[in-house]
Amino acid sequence: MSEAPSSPDPEFKRALLAQLPALRAFAVSLCGRSDLADDLVQDAILRAWANQHTFTLGTNMKAWLFRILRNGFYSRARKAGREISDRDGQLTERLAVGPGQYASLAFQDFRRALEALPSDQREAVVLVGASGFSYEEAADICDCAVGTVKSRVNRARARLRELLTLAEGDMPAPDMPTPAA
Amino acid sequence: MNGFKKTAAGSTPHPGKHSTVSHEQITEKLREFYDSVQDEGIPDRFLELLERLDEAEKKVSGSDGK
Repeated sequence: MSEAPSSPDPEFKRALLAQLPALRAFAVSLCGRSDLADDLVQDAILRAWANQHTFTLGTNMKAWLFRILRNGFYSRARKAGREISDRDGQLTERLAVGPGQYASLAFQDFRRALEALPSDQREAVVLVGASGFSYEEAADICDCAVGTVKSRVNRARARLRELLTLAEGDMPAPDMPTPAA
Repeated sequence: MNGFKKTAAGSTPHPGKHSTVSHEQITEKLREFYDSVQDEGIPDRFLELLERLDEAEKKVSGSDGK
């Protein structure tokens, strides 16, 4: 009846739904764990919903959502007070213990390598290499310069190559103890 | 079929030392991993959440109406 400014726009909900699988894939790539990833996605949905009046339909909903999710990821990490770039690999170590329900063993090596990257490189390579964003869009999402994204992507790729080359080189057989002398 | 494509756009060509894993394989693996999650679709909890948000907002805007 009256033009309530807050009335839900079915178009908004549809557009949001359409991006959820990608948003979730980004979340899992960012944090490596599906339970935490789904919490991030849920936070992002709630935040997006609450701020839908700030979103202009027809503009880049995907980038908008990814930015929201990314902000949530970093603010959670800050709250948790831990260094998420995980340079010591401790977190990676812990996360690598069991395969997530979402990714089969086939991805184990890759996941491990991805998680070993500093988070700024990880997000850059995921946004550009998998999510299909341009360098400009990724820069906008990560709130940094385009050149920064490019160098992060390059470093991430180089590092992934190194790590995966290593992983392919020496396949450790966990159930095979060192051969008896 | 030689599995090596040149990137046309002015990206700096990396001669790349001897590496068993190519640049393209990295991109491929990254995509495969990402797509494996993306292909899982939308978990029910999110569909339900959106349903609830939608309901709640309809109620609010409904009672707002004069």
